[in-house]
Amino acid sequence: MNKLQKPIFEKSRKGKIGYSFSPTEFSDDLITIDKKKLREEIKDFPQVSEVEIVRHYTNLAQLNHSVDSGFYPLGSCTMKYNPKINEKIANFEEFSTHPYSPHKFVEGNLEIITTFEEWLKKITAMAAFTLTPSAGAHGEITGMMIIKKYLSSKGDPRKIILIPDSAHGTNPASAHFAGYETKEIPSNEDGIIEIETLKEYLNKDVAALMMTNPNTLGIFEKNICKTSEILHKNGSLLYMDGANMNAFMGIVRPGDLGVDVMHLNLHKTFSTPHGGGGPGSGPVGVAPYLVELLPVPYVYKKGNNYFIKYHGEKSIGRIKNFYGNFLVIVRALAYLMSIGKEYIRKVAEDAVLNANYIRKSLEPLLELPYKSKTLHEVIFSDKNLNVTTLDIAKSLLDYGIHPFTIYFPTIVHGAMMIEPTETESKETIDEFIDAMKKILEKAKTDPEYIKNTPYTTPVSRLDEVLAARKHVLKWEKSSE
Amino acid sequence: MNLDNFKFTKEHEWVNMEGDIGTIGISDFAQKEFGDIVYVELPSVGEKFNKGDACANIESVKAVDDIYTPISGEVIEVNEELNDNPENINKDPYGKGWIFKIKIEDKKEIENLMNNNQYNDFLNGIS
Amino acid sequence: MRYFPLTNSEREEIKNFLGIKDTNELFSDIPKDKSYYPLNDIPSALTEDQLLIKFKELTKKNKYSKYLSFLGAGSYNHFIPEVVNYLINKGELSTPYTPYQAEVSQGSLQGIFEYQTMITMLTGMDISNSSLYDGGTAAAEGVLLALRKSKKNRILIASNLHPEYIEIIHTYIQNLDFEAEFIEFDRESGKIDLIQLKEKIDENCGGFIFQSPNFLGVIEEVKTISDITHSKNAFSVQVTAEAMSLAFLTPAAENDVDIIVGEAQSFGIPIGFGGPYLGFIGAKKEFLRQMPGRIVGQTIDTKGRKGYVLTLSTREQHIKREKATSNICSNQALCALRAAIYLSTMGQIGLKEVSKINHLNTAYFVKEASKLTNINIKYKKDFYNEVVIKIKNRKVEDFIAKLEEKKIIAGVPLKYFYPDFEDSILVNFTEIHKKKDIDEFINAIGEIE
Repeated sequence: MNKLQKPIFEKSRKGKIGYSFSPTEFSDDLITIDKKKLREEIKDFPQVSEVEIVRHYTNLAQLNHSVDSGFYPLGSCTMKYNPKINEKIANFEEFSTHPYSPHKFVEGNLEIITTFEEWLKKITAMAAFTLTPSAGAHGEITGMMIIKKYLSSKGDPRKIILIPDSAHGTNPASAHFAGYETKEIPSNEDGIIEIETLKEYLNKDVAALMMTNPNTLGIFEKNICKTSEILHKNGSLLYMDGANMNAFMGIVRPGDLGVDVMHLNLHKTFSTPHGGGGPGSGPVGVAPYLVELLPVPYVYKKGNNYFIKYHGEKSIGRIKNFYGNFLVIVRALAYLMSIGKEYIRKVAEDAVLNANYIRKSLEPLLELPYKSKTLHEVIFSDKNLNVTTLDIAKSLLDYGIHPFTIYFPTIVHGAMMIEPTETESKETIDEFIDAMKKILEKAKTDPEYIKNTPYTTPVSRLDEVLAARKHVLKWEKSSE
Repeated sequence: MNLDNFKFTKEHEWVNMEGDIGTIGISDFAQKEFGDIVYVELPSVGEKFNKGDACANIESVKAVDDIYTPISGEVIEVNEELNDNPENINKDPYGKGWIFKIKIEDKKEIENLMNNNQYNDFLNGIS
Repeated sequence: MRYFPLTNSEREEIKNFLGIKDTNELFSDIPKDKSYYPLNDIPSALTEDQLLIKFKELTKKNKYSKYLSFLGAGSYNHFIPEVVNYLINKGELSTPYTPYQAEVSQGSLQGIFEYQTMITMLTGMDISNSSLYDGGTAAAEGVLLALRKSKKNRILIASNLHPEYIEIIHTYIQNLDFEAEFIEFDRESGKIDLIQLKEKIDENCGGFIFQSPNFLGVIEEVKTISDITHSKNAFSVQVTAEAMSLAFLTPAAENDVDIIVGEAQSFGIPIGFGGPYLGFIGAKKEFLRQMPGRIVGQTIDTKGRKGYVLTLSTREQHIKREKATSNICSNQALCALRAAIYLSTMGQIGLKEVSKINHLNTAYFVKEASKLTNINIKYKKDFYNEVVIKIKNRKVEDFIAKLEEKKIIAGVPLKYFYPDFEDSILVNFTEIHKKKDIDEFINAIGEIE
């Protein structure tokens, strides 16, 4: 099928009804608001029947590539399979309670929150977690605010956050919005931060190092313990971006490595669906001495009772409405309970096995800029090729495979960042390797063919320059 | 295009002096490197800058670059046409793609810039 | 385990190919003394049936659904047509990532493009984006947007803005060089004290952020507020926590609002114990370059076919790094799509109709409850679907407990938010409530002596 769809507004016909709801039991005479404050009709709003709505969105769905439909090795995004039982559980109506309900009526939900925090503590060896941040970047800014408030309350407000050149792209913006300046710190030829380099950049104005581990080269920052020690001696903290936790969940705990603050991405490591860009959830964990700085509200259990801390003098305050993306947390808890101690280590082991299988299979064909050991993902470069990373990415679409992350990290020329995850079969990975081989072979003989890919997708390459120059950001009647 | 009067910086801006007014843009090499320009953030008329200040920026679909003024002074005119046609920088970097004009304070600043030949040698050195 | 497709023999095959004996060799960069920690602390895996039993047990600990609830205050229980739940649970919509590869993401991109359009139609504003986290963070982004655009550093905040939103704004600006000052509301009308607004606003203010309908349920004099803020070259930033009101009240643009932000949970998103919800934003087009978050735009492909892409990306964190307009990356895309499906389903007629039912139900309550002697309705003029009731001769806790005995959750006590409202609660009525529910509520209140 894969049919492009007219905008819903163009399918609209006056008088069509898609809803059914019992009419009001009251007369309009009850309205006492001044007519001037009431709106007219919502001009051009859709009028479609139920079957047309179902077809519109079903057809739109079929235009998407998704984890459910095929391989999605997007580096640093951990596009693992999203278990279906978790969806069923998250849709249990009893969980969908009002956030301001008296606590005694929502003890099941409060138990989910505290139980999930316990799981995260065990997996990370951090002292406590807030589950309120909505996404990874939201977790980052929360972590930065915790560091800021901690140092300020000690009378030692500092200005600078060091960020390795191999860190996640959101880090500098998150630090900036917490009121920090950022300074980039270069990784060495092995792709990690060297102690000597760190020392060069360190001074009394450095609040923290914001380290992605494993970094965006897929390499474990093996100096992390020493790094933490040196930072602490300088009065600085170690923040770990834990978006790549899938690489070592069950193998090592960040708290044991000297990490002071970290965030996790439930929509990555903990299997909750990405939703085409969200909702995610980005819990933040802290070392014991920072627990009181966590945002409010904070749910905890004492004896058999649940309590919620709404205010705290030391807390950074509130960063999100209510208790965070609760139904995402429900899914993540269901995932962890399904994995349990028997399989939690398998997650990282299989993810790393798969990634290294790809690495070794493609190494003869592609430039591998960093030779260090890599964990859950591998990064190649388009150096020495007669086609670009973008071309290869688009060619993969014709094989029904979603491309890897492209052009990131920026320290690699034409980066191809490949993360298969543990939920892919060897057959799928072999198909990917095979597709890559064919594409690279074709590029040698017929580069023009590759440059014009994809051929089989619902649309071909889209004119992003036109989109950026002539903004069409909403449907308008005249554009019909 | 005769570029005999044009002076260049290592950051690939050019300046063309007429009296004490300098017209500023980016070089052909710079526009090619940068690719399709989709937006130009212009300075405001009346703003004063020191040599080397970032005073405008250009955007492609996936990158942003600052433009540094090669000379100090006050902005007296900006190329409003770039608001609607930023691609003029790509099409005609030394003509219709000019970005702003500045009233110069210190003529000596010009002397330290490269002429077209020197700039071409500089480009050969970096490519 | 069903989530791991590799077989043991394939694992061995891969290990042989890699030239390793044990998988742990791949982790040798991790400090030996810290890795492979004992897992004894971690509970055992549950099979699918065991997992269901476990969560069913948890559902039983939530008694909430057995009660007739009149809670609102930023989270509203509206009817969700089944077609919305059916469509949004399609894996092709819920399991992709951010649509970076437009050729295979036209479904998500078009869905969001249509969502952006619907937000502009509802608010009358020129532009929208693909979503923000929730109402509270959207309010914070609205403040930052106004300050960024105005290049000023002072913001005025209505004290009857949702208290959680105020807290979030405070958290967001506490580390930046901004000042915030409150504008009080008039205790008689529940509306912004316009005289105080006129006194406090000056040329250093980037904007005034206020909510309408406000936290006490009262519709503000939005046009007058916009005129006052504009007189000092500040921006008028409206917050709407109950998006259902957008279909009933004058659109923000007609009241000369510059930026509208808020919570769109009411559009087909379950109350879900507070999340995930949907932050929305609409603005005049002059704010485009300063907008936070992702934006979808229309373009054409190499064959001239219409298609959609993420655009104006240079504003965002991955390109502009610390100079970005926001640090937001992952947003609430699926919630935005949910809202789009809901709004398409309700359509032009249904949305207006249901939006009006919300108000009529509330108006009926106000009319009937006014006859009761043990409560007062505080603001009888200009409410939408929420009102404050003042409880006479009895403590709020006591009043609430009495109603709980009758399986009614009465409302949100306001003493948590305003010290001088210790005798009041905020109650909400939506289309979910039928006349008999409202009568039951009124009778139950009446029966409390």
